Amino acid sequence: MSALPSTMNYSDKIPNNVNLSEDRTLQRALEQWQPNFINWWDDVGPEGSTNHDVYLRTAVSVDPQGWAQFGHVKMRDYRWGIFLNPGDAERKVHFGDSLGEKVWQDVPGEHRANLRRIIVTQGDTEPASVEQQRHLGLTAPSMYDLRNLFQINVEEGRHLWAMVYLLHKHFGRDGREEADALLQRTSGDQDNPRILGAFNEKTPDWLAFFMFTYFTDRDGKFQLAALAESAFDPLARTTKFMLTEEAHHMFVGESGVSRVIARTCQVMNELKTDDAQKIRAAGAIDLATIQRYLNFHYSVTIDLFGADQSSNAAIFYSSGLKGRYEEGKREDDHLLKGQTYKVLEVKEGQLVEKDVPMLNALNEVLRDDFIKDSVAGVNRWNKVIEKAGIPTRLSVPHKAFNRQIGALAGIKMSPDGRVVNAVEWAAKQDEWLPSSEDFAFVASLMGRVVEPGKFAGWISPPVMGINRQPIDFEYVRFG
Amino acid sequence: MDMAVEAGVINQHLIDPEICIRCNTCEAICPVNAITHDDNNYVVRADVCNGCMACISPCPTGSIDNWRKVLVTKAYSIEEQLSWEVLPAPLPEEQLVATPSLAAPATITPPVPAAAPAEAVFRSSDWGATVPPWSAARAFTNLYGPKNAVTATVVGNYNCTEAGFESETHHIVLDFGSMPFPVLEGQSIGVIPPGSDALGKPHVARQYSIASSRNGERPGYNNLALTVKRVTQDHQGNAVRGIASNYLCDAKVGDTVRVIGPFGHSFLMPNHPRSNIVMVCTGTGSAPMRAMTEWRRRLRASGKFEGGKLMLFFGARSQQELPYFGPLQSLPKDFIDIHLAYSRTPGAPKRYVQDLLHERAADLAELLRDGSTHIYVCGLKSMEEGVVLALRDVAEGAGLPWETLGATLKREGRLHLETY
Ligand SMILES: Cc1cc2nc3c(=O)[nH]c(=O)nc-3n(C[C@H](O)[C@H](O)[C@H](O)COP(=O)(O)OP(=O)(O)OC[C@H]3O[C@@H](n4cnc5c(N)ncnc54)[C@H](O)[C@@H]3O)c2cc1C
Ligand code: SF4
Ligand code: SF4
Repeated sequence: MSALPSTMNYSDKIPNNVNLSEDRTLQRALEQWQPNFINWWDDVGPEGSTNHDVYLRTAVSVDPQGWAQFGHVKMRDYRWGIFLNPGDAERKVHFGDSLGEKVWQDVPGEHRANLRRIIVTQGDTEPASVEQQRHLGLTAPSMYDLRNLFQINVEEGRHLWAMVYLLHKHFGRDGREEADALLQRTSGDQDNPRILGAFNEKTPDWLAFFMFTYFTDRDGKFQLAALAESAFDPLARTTKFMLTEEAHHMFVGESGVSRVIARTCQVMNELKTDDAQKIRAAGAIDLATIQRYLNFHYSVTIDLFGADQSSNAAIFYSSGLKGRYEEGKREDDHLLKGQTYKVLEVKEGQLVEKDVPMLNALNEVLRDDFIKDSVAGVNRWNKVIEKAGIPTRLSVPHKAFNRQIGALAGIKMSPDGRVVNAVEWAAKQDEWLPSSEDFAFVASLMGRVVEPGKFAGWISPPVMGINRQPIDFEYVRFG
Repeated sequence: MDMAVEAGVINQHLIDPEICIRCNTCEAICPVNAITHDDNNYVVRADVCNGCMACISPCPTGSIDNWRKVLVTKAYSIEEQLSWEVLPAPLPEEQLVATPSLAAPATITPPVPAAAPAEAVFRSSDWGATVPPWSAARAFTNLYGPKNAVTATVVGNYNCTEAGFESETHHIVLDFGSMPFPVLEGQSIGVIPPGSDALGKPHVARQYSIASSRNGERPGYNNLALTVKRVTQDHQGNAVRGIASNYLCDAKVGDTVRVIGPFGHSFLMPNHPRSNIVMVCTGTGSAPMRAMTEWRRRLRASGKFEGGKLMLFFGARSQQELPYFGPLQSLPKDFIDIHLAYSRTPGAPKRYVQDLLHERAADLAELLRDGSTHIYVCGLKSMEEGVVLALRDVAEGAGLPWETLGATLKREGRLHLETY
């Protein structure tokens, strides 16, 4: 690291473009929060990683040269910065009841509680995923993957910072208390769990991790994109910048699953078999197991969008707090009053569509955008299978499959969209969702491989290294 | 690498649809809106992209760093790219020759004799790396911009060429007080001269390479050095008074200067002990070389560095105009291998740095064979091509095909060009 003056300046430790050094109160509040953050990181952050120098991307400013600076860093010394995308002094509210007014730089009193809730909910997911992933470093399939895991971990940490900054800066004492609480809840904790269900699920193995980063971080993309439209300008600018980083997380998921599939297909072709047991015996993960993991993560993730009808969603939209995905690119009145949207429900054992007021169905609108985006990626996985000349295809299960939230919660449904009875569900569950045997099998493959350029037998090497480095680059230096 | 049209051929910027995850980062970051998408693909508009590279490192997959040479008249259209499932293969060279009917209107203007038709145009800048050496320390960039420029105090200023000669170059030391200004050898800073231009706009910043090492011109102090040539003539030889260079050369100890930066994230020195550094410079292009040499010297003095060779090729008009001539002479021979070329010594033939490279071909070739060798070229724009061509000749003379070696050097961040 380059020489710095001996008096460490706080703005260097927390690179920021929010003039932190000029706001003494805020700086002091964050200085108090920071040691707790580091304690949290030490306690439930990536296990056994403290001494490694990891080839990480660090943001030191928001311009193209500044936000993707690569170098070997100890994760504990990562510079978790606070960045807002550049503002536009003329920006106007572009949806909801305040359409056409100037965006807000401060929190309007009447929206305070809702905004705080939105920010806290978003903020809560960031440390949660670090907690969920904390043991994965011990079973990384390669040094390259280990580095990607760590990159995600530090950036989730930075996203937590981003939300904590908003809480401290704009919500006074309540904000500080909420920021503290973010470090007190723990994923999966009986007494003090994370706010959203999917963030209390385990991420037991790397296939689950790749599915999580593909599906659940994509939920992050859509939530952040909807918040990036917000009339509350600091939130919009913060989330816009977070989106650029989220891309890498989805990349890890998409390319990770793709590489697992590629390896499976390779083994299938070498052995000329589609027998799951033979494929497993050869140390690869059979496509049916991959499909079950997919079913699980997809269904758990689409629950994250919330109930299909929600008056909160309507309020958030009308009051300008949270827009739709790519709100600015849509051509309608951006008020949505009197419009309707189709949602699903079960009537007399049948799935039926019904029209509900669009404003109340905005969670469903966002869920459908997410689904479209997810399906496109699953098709890219299918291309890998197709190229290998294997007839199987992966698909996302029906939207009503395995749901715990909204009108479809608890309905027994097959992945292809048939309502089934309890007996059939019980009989087929292990065909549709990963069984304890599947988990045990996948877990049995998880040995640590960290020699540069070496990969575990159940996954193919990536097409190219990070930041155009070679694949056998020393992404993590141990010791 | 840019989209400049060369004899009807462009290097078209494309995205690999097989690897791209459609994350939208590139579209969000492209300063000129060259990138667009549909439900299928992300694509680049050939007529808008200016090859600024802003999208390259932020792309999480690397899929955006794809370039294909095509005839400008046959650039892949947006519609075509949107339909792709895989990237098209590169076109064979024959297809890159513009057919006369396309290239020229059917009039009887006599054809311009083609210059060396067999050989593709050589562009030295194509060979410069955009990535730092793998072992370079982490550089900070853009910590201060025009809106939050930092104020530095001049704590030293002297002429480091022989007094009384036409070209005068100053060694200037700036102190940043308690403002953090972390730099690495090879980076540069911007200086904003006071006042405004003829149109009443405030002067824009001028860039200067840092001539001191990472721990300061004076170790442990928060300062750095610049090597500034007083500009008294423009490139055509007409008398002018360069705004920033004269301002800096005339600055008195105690004056303050507005500074932005630091800049540069690839022209950085390798840190691993076996790394060899070949430095080629003219005039004030010596600034980064001085910085790197000094850091190596300090490391060596502290016993922390043994190994890698240093080789310097330095050109100036005359010995008297060569910055730091004196101090250079006092460096131990077993520490650095120095070669000087003068282009205007009365009574002696003109010699340029590329001539020196040819003369030392044998030693250079040995270094070129070594994967730990890093090459830095800095100085006047006009020297760049000659130097890269000379490197090519030396390599090929030693049986190292430049296509391969040059591409490796570029990919591994081992050949860096900075000319102005
Ligand atoms: C990456 C980079 C690093 C640089 N590092 C250094 C450095 O270490 N030391 C240094 O002295 N300069 C360096 N320069 C050049 C420097 O930024 C200025 O361009 C130079 O000092 C002239 O600025 P000025 O304001 O004095 O002249 P201006 O007022 O901008 O220009 C006056 C006239 O002189 C011409 N002119 C500009 N530069 C020169 C020149 N060098 N020779 C002849 N005519 C010229 C201009 O075209 C113009 O017509 C660097 C430039 C770049 C891009
Ligand atoms: S190279 Fe520059 S102009 Fe071209 S697409 Fe990338 S960011 Fe846009
Ligand atoms: S940044 Fe890269 S991966 Fe993302 S959309 Fe652009 S080309 Fe594709």
